[in-house]
Amino acid sequence: MSGFDETKLDDADETVRVRFVVNGRKVACEVAPRETLVDCLRNTLELTGTHAGCEMGACGACLVQLDGRAVHSCLMFAVQADGANISTIEGLTESGVIADLQAEFHRRNALQCGFCTPGMLVNAQELLSQVAQPSRGEIRDALSGNYCRCTGYEAIVDAIDAVAKARSEGGGTT
Amino acid sequence: MSAPLTSLDRPNSYIGRSVPRPNAKRLLAGRGRYISDLRLPRMLYAAFLRSPHAHAKIVSINADEARTLEGVHLVAIGTDLAKICTPWIGTLDHFKGMTSAPQLPLPLDRVVWAGQAVVAVVAESRAIAEDALELIEVDYEDLPVVVDIDSARDAGGPVINPGSANNTCFRALLDNGTVDHAFAHAAHVVEEEFSFGRHTAVTLEPRAIVADYDPAAGALTVHHATQTPYQFQDLYSRHYGIPEARVRVIATDIGGSFGMKLHVYHEDMAVVGLSILLGRPVKYVADRIESFVSDIHARDHRVHARMALDAKGEILAMDVLDLTAIGAFSTYPRTSVVEGNQVIRLMGAPYRFKNYRATLEVIFQNKVQTSQYRAVGHPIACAVTERLVDMAAAKVGLDPFAIRAQNVIADDAYPQTSPTGYRFEALSHQACLKRLHEMMDYDALRAEQADLRKRGVYRGIGIAAFVEITNPSPAFYGVGGARISSQDGAILSLTPSGEVRCLISVTEQGQGTEAIISQIVADQLGIAQEHVKIITGDTEVTPHGGATWACRGAGIGGETALRATRVLKRNILEIAALILQERPSALDIVNGEVVDAGTRNQRMPISEIARIAYFRSDTLPPGTQAQLTVSHHFAPQGYPFAFTNGIQGCSLEVDVETGFIKLLKHFIVEDCGRVINPMLVDEQLRGGIVQGLGAALFEECRYSETGQLVNGSLAEYLVPMPMEMPDIVIAHVETPTADTVLGAKGVGEAGTAAASACVLNAVNDALSPFDATINSIPITPTKVLKTLKRF
Repeated sequence: MSGFDETKLDDADETVRVRFVVNGRKVACEVAPRETLVDCLRNTLELTGTHAGCEMGACGACLVQLDGRAVHSCLMFAVQADGANISTIEGLTESGVIADLQAEFHRRNALQCGFCTPGMLVNAQELLSQVAQPSRGEIRDALSGNYCRCTGYEAIVDAIDAVAKARSEGGGTT
Repeated sequence: MSAPLTSLDRPNSYIGRSVPRPNAKRLLAGRGRYISDLRLPRMLYAAFLRSPHAHAKIVSINADEARTLEGVHLVAIGTDLAKICTPWIGTLDHFKGMTSAPQLPLPLDRVVWAGQAVVAVVAESRAIAEDALELIEVDYEDLPVVVDIDSARDAGGPVINPGSANNTCFRALLDNGTVDHAFAHAAHVVEEEFSFGRHTAVTLEPRAIVADYDPAAGALTVHHATQTPYQFQDLYSRHYGIPEARVRVIATDIGGSFGMKLHVYHEDMAVVGLSILLGRPVKYVADRIESFVSDIHARDHRVHARMALDAKGEILAMDVLDLTAIGAFSTYPRTSVVEGNQVIRLMGAPYRFKNYRATLEVIFQNKVQTSQYRAVGHPIACAVTERLVDMAAAKVGLDPFAIRAQNVIADDAYPQTSPTGYRFEALSHQACLKRLHEMMDYDALRAEQADLRKRGVYRGIGIAAFVEITNPSPAFYGVGGARISSQDGAILSLTPSGEVRCLISVTEQGQGTEAIISQIVADQLGIAQEHVKIITGDTEVTPHGGATWACRGAGIGGETALRATRVLKRNILEIAALILQERPSALDIVNGEVVDAGTRNQRMPISEIARIAYFRSDTLPPGTQAQLTVSHHFAPQGYPFAFTNGIQGCSLEVDVETGFIKLLKHFIVEDCGRVINPMLVDEQLRGGIVQGLGAALFEECRYSETGQLVNGSLAEYLVPMPMEMPDIVIAHVETPTADTVLGAKGVGEAGTAAASACVLNAVNDALSPFDATINSIPITPTKVLKTLKRF
């Protein structure tokens, strides 16, 4: 029997109050220091559109926008996000900023099980906000941290490519 | 095109049309409802303490401290669950002589692989449950570990299952024709030893289950991320002694499956038992490391094979030995020998030869179980066959296309029975081969390859023909005693407002099952697709059926929907005929309107028929009972399987300095019979090919000498990512099966079946100037450099 250190659990039981803006609304919640942002979003805030795939930043399923940039919510503790402005797939959907990407993914069936899709969309939006007209190679490179087991990726690349062209020609989305 | 009108020009013609999946919009909006998202009132969370040893005796378990941790509700060990759960044995009767030890949710006295769940903790959160795991002490006594095929087969070596004479799970021998005579008189013989590493499904959503036992009702509800809810309803009912009608299994959205989520897992069975013990919902979601050590793995074969040919390059015979190592148990209820069985039966499938001999030996070892994963057995059979064909072509002096054109079964020679015992209804190898040659611009690729070689650039071109098993009949599992249905059922209703609800037993994992079923129903009834609602994945509401596996969704599920719809249409038109005082045969339905069959003049909307039947039946002739809900079951008959075929090609570049392989382009010509939704079929092919390419180049579950999985994370186990994958060019040949009205066969495994074979041939083609060969998958840079003697 190893000596069980009671204080260790007391620490784990302690919670910290964090505040963020999530999908445009101010949110305050009590989180354990060890709680990751993805768990806080999914469990406490019930934003289950963000997914946990590998819990080590390799698969991209947990990507959210944090202060405007795509961030792995599995690699951050919730306390680290205190004060941040966070958009998840739910917020990006409601605001309509990725409606063109979603429509193009749908039209081309650039998803099957859909588990990687929210992360793919967050990363696609990130790419298109950085590079107006990426080549197919650049799109594939940009997605190099987004794992999809179902599609084989080509339709995803096609969809992002088509939206990049449409945004460049049409002057962006509403 | 030449025909003035095609069937697609009719209104409501959805069969053959690329329409997006209606249910995909939810997933795009982050509104998927995966089991891992589910939270029920009073739900608790399970975590498992796993064995660090690949083979050890459990001497003692001390969980006293864990039990007292605040927030912990239950700590369960093997004996706790053994009291309420009967053991299971992963054998099937038609695999004669097969053995496998009984299994329980948690082991009683012995662990047989590193990562096996030993103790379960149920707590108020997953974090607390994991804290409690750290307080549990298990005392193990090491036992000899069997981790490779050779040591498993050593006479006198350690035996994994006490009471067994050896580590053999199953042996099979096929012998047809005169193999020895053929080899003795052959002009050419090619022979090779192949190895295929273990890989695993790596679904992006790990396994997830919520079991919810209500002791007051004596009823169990299991929310289970599985392809096969009915199979699990039956298993939970029988192993936990709950009447089947009181077991409900619900499979909502599922983050990938590919065969992996239709097996019984120890943790899943345990979670059901934990919920029964606690009378509360219990949730378990595997984390990624747990997935790697407890999801089924696939492949793990060593094949010795030879092929005999005559002087002109005609294949005369094949002789094959397949050794496959499956883990310490055979998986339940589908077993771990189906893969090997399909390996030895799919060998040489595209080709016309009569003499075949194969031995299959399925062997136990101290690793996690292998079992059915996408394209069960196909990639092994295809890679062995197609590599031997390429080796033969080189020996005889034929081009790879030429030797295949010479040997494939002619398109007009069907039906055929293979020397391995399969009956082929109608395949199209010649048409596919010809089409691939054009599509690849093969001669130009060869010319480019020759030019680049002069500059020290080593490109390879590979092709691989394949045959795929789809639409399995009861010959697959039913005859072996497994309660796994080969039939499907549908319940179709015309709703009071004239829409259609279809409850069907096939399930959706993102491949588009619901989309194609709604296409078939809309097409056959004559209404718009948006007026058809499909409901799947709930044993409480959908009829019993096989669900989705082995590429049966379109071929069997689709035929079920088609036939059910025709019955509903007949019933609707009978009522319409009474109202309109016509003969039913004089009427038809177009766009939701009853029309004159001849003139297509509109007579009345079907919503009006529904209104009258449901609310004003008094206005119908006396004795009329409208039947606007129909149920229909369909079981495949005729051929035991609907085989499909196709051929793949690829172009790649090998960097002979680093050993890296760059995939340049991939091609496939595929014949899955009637295509219901071309876009979805193409996406099945692309996804399947990329899984095959992952297997070809990257994916391998690597074990240490002590049986530890050493690369169980997504940073160390390499999966195919976007920047490594090529664009894939697709063409179709359509040879519908005559066994069904619909004519559809499956397509989900075609891509995976031949992609790795194709790459294997292309890499060997690229290395041909060096007199270096590779016959081992995955083809890692290390293997490339080793064969080049540069490492």
